[in-house]
This record gives sequence, C-alpha cells and structure tokens, in this order.
Amino acid sequence: MTAGPGVVALHGWDWLQLLGHFLLLSLLSVGGALTTAPEMHRYLVLQQRWLGEAQFSSSITLAQAAPGPNILFVALLGWNLGMNSGGPLLALAGVVLSLTGILLPSTIVTHLASQWGHRNRHLRGVRAFKQGMAPVVIGLMLATGWILARASHDTGSGAALWLLTATTALLVWRTRLHVLWLLAAGALLGILGVV
Amino acid sequence: MTDHETLPEDQPGPRSLTDLFLTFTWLAVQGFGGVMAVAHRELVERKRWLTQAAFVEEWAVAQIMPGPNVMNLSLVIGGRRFGWRGALAAMAGMLALPLLLVLLLAVAYGQVGQHPAVARALRGMGAVAAGLIMAAGLRLSGGLKGHPLGGPACGALAVAAFGGVALLHWPMPFVLLGLGGVACLATYARLNP
Repeated sequence: MTAGPGVVALHGWDWLQLLGHFLLLSLLSVGGALTTAPEMHRYLVLQQRWLGEAQFSSSITLAQAAPGPNILFVALLGWNLGMNSGGPLLALAGVVLSLTGILLPSTIVTHLASQWGHRNRHLRGVRAFKQGMAPVVIGLMLATGWILARASHDTGSGAALWLLTATTALLVWRTRLHVLWLLAAGALLGILGVV
Repeated sequence: MTDHETLPEDQPGPRSLTDLFLTFTWLAVQGFGGVMAVAHRELVERKRWLTQAAFVEEWAVAQIMPGPNVMNLSLVIGGRRFGWRGALAAMAGMLALPLLLVLLLAVAYGQVGQHPAVARALRGMGAVAAGLIMAAGLRLSGGLKGHPLGGPACGALAVAAFGGVALLHWPMPFVLLGLGGVACLATYARLNP
C-alpha cells in the first residue's frame, strides 16, 4: 500500500478535522458500514488528498477479505493516514481516532434507542415496528448476498462463481456443515482456478 | 411470533461480560466477508440466545439505527442483559482480535498482495461469503410463521425489498424507511392493542 504521488501528510489540526468528519458520518451511517464509503472517498482522497486511490480501495478489499466486521476498513484508512503522515506510531493513533470517530456517536444513539425499545416492548407501536420490519429485512439480507456475489462476478468466471454461491446457500440452509469448511473450499477452488 | 417478547426463564443467554466478549470474538473471527451470517448461526442455532423471530427483530433495529449493522447487533444483544457494560464488552469482542488480524494482513498485503493465487483465493471466498448471507436470509424466513400480515404478504414484501435493492439499485435506507414503513403500519393495524 504505497501512498503514491501527490499525497499530503496530516498535521495537528488536520487530525481534529478528520475526527469531526468521522463523528458526523457516524450519525449518517444508516444501512451499514459501507454506505459511507463513497463520502469518505470524496473527502479523504479527492478533497484533502490525504490518501491515494490504491490505498483507499485496498483498505476496503482487505477488510472484506479478513474476518470480522466490515467497518474495519475505517481502521485501515486510519492506519494508512498515519503511515502517510509519519509512521507506525501515528498509524496506530490514526486507527484509534478513526474507529472512535465512526463508532462513538452511532453506538450511543443505538444503545439508548434499543434500551428504550426494550423497556417499552409491549407497546403496540414497538411490536408493530419490530415485526413489520421483519419481511423487509429478510429481503434486504438476500439482496446483500446478491450484491456481494455480483461484485466477485465482475472479476471472475461468472457461472462457476454463481454456482459456488448458490451451492453454499443451499448447503448452509439445509445442513449443519461448518462455515469454515465452506470458506476453505472456496479459497481452494479459487487457487485451483475453478472459479 | 408469539411469545418471544417475554423470554422464558430457561432461555439461555450470556452468563457474564467475559462470556459476551468471548462469544463475539469467536463469531467475529469466523466472519469472512461479513459477520451477520455467522452471528445468526452462533446466536440462534448454537447458543440459542435468540429465537429466529427475535433475531430478525434485533437485526431490523440494527439496520435502521446509524452505525455498522453487526456492531449494532452486538451492542443490542450485549446491552440487553448487562446494560452499557454488556454493550461495550460485546463490541470489544467483535473488534479487538479482528482489528489485530486486519492490521497484520495490511502489513502482509504489501508482500504478497500482487500474487494472482491470493486474488483468486479471495474471489472464491467472496462467492462463499455471499452464499452464507443468502442462506441466513432463507433460514430467517422460518421466523415469519405466524406473522400478523400472513405468509403471502410477507413474501411479497421480502421480494419487493430484494428487487428494489438488488435489481433496481434503490438506496437501502429508502427501502428500509419506505417499504418498512408500509409494513409497520399494516402490522400495527393487525395487532391487538
């Protein structure tokens, strides 16, 4: 992840601006971690020139490939910002600052809302909200799988990848096969060039 | 969807903050390409902390609130029995070890990232990860039994949400608020006060 030409280091005041930007985005991040990625790209890469294009896209790819929540791409953005500005120590500071910024406001809001909802779970409105949302949420989950499948479709041999996705969905739906076996099989099929 | 709102006394749940931290660490490190599918498997099917129906409901809350969905899910579940300390323990479990792993990966990526076999392996794992999420959606549809709106209407709403986001590329927040709003109002009308 080299910085590339034309990338600017962050200095004292810039870090505060960065924190402010992430704090604000946190409150706007309805619908998942990756919904804010386009705005982060606009701010960090295009406007401030703190990150290179390749650094930005590889941060997202790596976070998707690694285990754990996708929001860790923000930690990698912070890491790269720090590396561009000085080295590993600043990079660690960048990780902490970025994750705190993107998580703190949303965590407070969601925690308070969820505690309120649980205390009032017998209210007709709260029950209607939770049960009414269920079919829509299930449809969105299937859509997320579809979008992820299409993303890998772009770079690989289409039919085989779709077959792998569909087979996985059926196996997990109908059997108790452990997820890690399936992921290992996917990696192996990829290395062998089958998909 | 009958009595999941009043959990029975013997409903299993997190025993301690450490239990929360370790449970969420374990499910996070299994979550390649997203944690939701693993969270469903661990929390509903293995640990039985939540019923299918309750999982869908908590997931709806996690999606509608600001913040990353799986982080919201962990803080809602952690906060349910242990308040804000439980929420923090669950979130810390979700983040700590995966953060370390992803940073190590970022350092290693500089060395091997250009190797084509690595890219091909990641692509295969990506296709599997997509299937995992679809399977979780299919399994959760079992939780719709006894839904106040009935099977056909639930099916239509799910298909509409899928089509809008996957095929027509509508922004997810609009679909949640629009279709979700209609579904909530219809459910409200059907529920006993």
